Amino acid sequence: MSTSTDRARKPRPISTALYRHPKGRLASLLTLPMVWLIGVYIFSLAMLLVTAFWTTDPFTSRVKPGFTLDNFTQLATVSAYSMTALRTLGIAVAVTLICALFAIPLAVFMSQVAGPRLRALLAVLVTLPLWAGYLVKVIGMRLVWTENGFFNWALEPLGIHGPGLGVLTVTLTLVYLWFPYMAIPVYAAVAQIPPNLFDASSDLGARGFRTIRTIVTPLLLPSLIAGSIFTFSLSLGDYIAAMYVGGSTQMIGSIIAQNINLNPPLAAAFSFVPIVLVIIYLGAVRRTGALNNL
Amino acid sequence: MKKILAAPAAIAAALALALTGCASEGTTGGDASGLKIDVPDIPMIEKLGDNEKEVNILAWSGFVEPEWSDAFTADTGCVVNRKIFATSDEAVQLMRTGEYDLVSASGDASLRLIVDGNVQPLNTDLIPNFSDDIVPGMKGQLYDTLNGNVYGIPIGRGANILEYNSEVVTETPDSWSVVWEKDSPYAGKIAAYDSPIYIADAAIYLMKHQPDLGIENPYALDQDQLKAATDLLKQQNAMVSEYWSPATNISSFTGGNSVVGTSWEVLRKATQDEKFKSVLPQEGSTGWSDAWMLATDSESPNCAYAWMDYTSAPEVNGAIAMNFGMAPANGAFCDTSDEAKAHCEYYNATDEEYFKQVWFWTTPIDQCLDGRTDVKCTNYQDWTNAWATVKG
Repeated sequence: MSTSTDRARKPRPISTALYRHPKGRLASLLTLPMVWLIGVYIFSLAMLLVTAFWTTDPFTSRVKPGFTLDNFTQLATVSAYSMTALRTLGIAVAVTLICALFAIPLAVFMSQVAGPRLRALLAVLVTLPLWAGYLVKVIGMRLVWTENGFFNWALEPLGIHGPGLGVLTVTLTLVYLWFPYMAIPVYAAVAQIPPNLFDASSDLGARGFRTIRTIVTPLLLPSLIAGSIFTFSLSLGDYIAAMYVGGSTQMIGSIIAQNINLNPPLAAAFSFVPIVLVIIYLGAVRRTGALNNL
Repeated sequence: MKKILAAPAAIAAALALALTGCASEGTTGGDASGLKIDVPDIPMIEKLGDNEKEVNILAWSGFVEPEWSDAFTADTGCVVNRKIFATSDEAVQLMRTGEYDLVSASGDASLRLIVDGNVQPLNTDLIPNFSDDIVPGMKGQLYDTLNGNVYGIPIGRGANILEYNSEVVTETPDSWSVVWEKDSPYAGKIAAYDSPIYIADAAIYLMKHQPDLGIENPYALDQDQLKAATDLLKQQNAMVSEYWSPATNISSFTGGNSVVGTSWEVLRKATQDEKFKSVLPQEGSTGWSDAWMLATDSESPNCAYAWMDYTSAPEVNGAIAMNFGMAPANGAFCDTSDEAKAHCEYYNATDEEYFKQVWFWTTPIDQCLDGRTDVKCTNYQDWTNAWATVKG
């Protein structure tokens, strides 16, 4: 007892000062994360984006400061660039929709139907892809989709022939890569839905899919949106999948990767495209009010 | 441009002088082909001094291995620090950080490095192994010799060959037409190289098949010629199974997606399947030739010179060539053993007739490399932009 009072009496200048100055308290709490956020993240991003207005020496490919909008004009006028942007957007939307389509019934099954052992097993299976390296997974998918690959080998006897490397295989690969990012938040949300809502729904005569459509989906919207931000933005930025399973498919990332050493300003200008698309998406999401529930 | 670049170059040169304590003088002169490119005036080293403690080398994978670098360190006291790069563009960027003494530059990187003043001319008198044994085809090429100065000490070379699956392509194709013409029986199964430099392959085909375009050098294309090459590539795009990188080439063929297309000998060999064969078609082909280049502001020029000399010796040069799978620069290697002889024969090491059909990668620049002065040629950035439109 006496020792604790002794300790209480001992002068603790730092604690006292922080107690007296709430602003100092805030500053000491936020300095480190803010330095990281602004100094490392935002500053380097800004530096990258500024180069979008610079030029490149055509011969030595050295970047020269200046101001030009040529790089952006190229994005809009060269049809290959705008086509690539549209294609990438289409792939990202498709990946997001497919992930959501799979994630909802799976989450309902896991939380409402499956027993604890099966639920644990499914949770492990869903997160399993996260355990392996990104490149390993992409190369694994390549082995599945090549002409002599697993898919054709397994389904050839049934007369089914794979799609061959292209936009479709890129989409499927990205679904495989990003599915856990959709499935986990959706599962967490479904698990929180009170079971009596399901009982009430079935008492009123709704079957499985109607329950999913009218009860589960509205309650899931925030988690679906959280998941879709991952699947959408990760798909927009990917280029390794296009390289390994895309055949001749070109995505935004492919063009950025091709130009990053030779024409960094063009690459920087192109990196505005996914940023703008994600901002538009987040803006639209905010209007629905779903972000308030996150 | 020359003036702006000359200032830092001069400072760097002065620094190099101070470090090595050597006398030197500026060098200028014209190239045999008549092509004159503005190059920063950087003096070469006249005399070697004592070896430093270490040398920092930027290299293609397989060029600097303990197997031969350990012996070098034991001989010279120079510790070898190696950094591996994956593409020529990466090599150029890394070399400009100033942290490296040497780089194994391919022809599409070397011109950029020379003109930007990143590398210095070399005094070949200080490299005894740069002798008559170096195969003639690797001396004095545009990508490492400019305005009469030698900037690169050759390491090895190879051709981009036409690889085909002999189970599907039963007759040896003697022309690139199987990958370019739209009636190709292998449409949908054609492999193409994923780099803007592949435009040169289209240009080589057009040189033979559309002579009225007047292409003399596949790396010197004016606007119209570039457009013709791009159109040919767009026609090919519809038939391409895959644009490959070294990482995907092998499984593209073994996986059955591609049955014919441009490739590298070392990649074809890596399939470890004899049904994949290669040929150098009658139109000729593109290829690559690598050389050591010394940084302008190198901190260890003596170790660097020692390394260039050491790796030009027949045995060491041959070891690098065998490890990487290419034709060695030093022809004397071919007579050192039966194994060496077989390697040289396979890669046509001393067969200049073979390499006469090979257009080694060179950076396309505004000045036409074929000597035309009445027209402006397209540079590598134009090629990069054109390449994006090919893939759509």
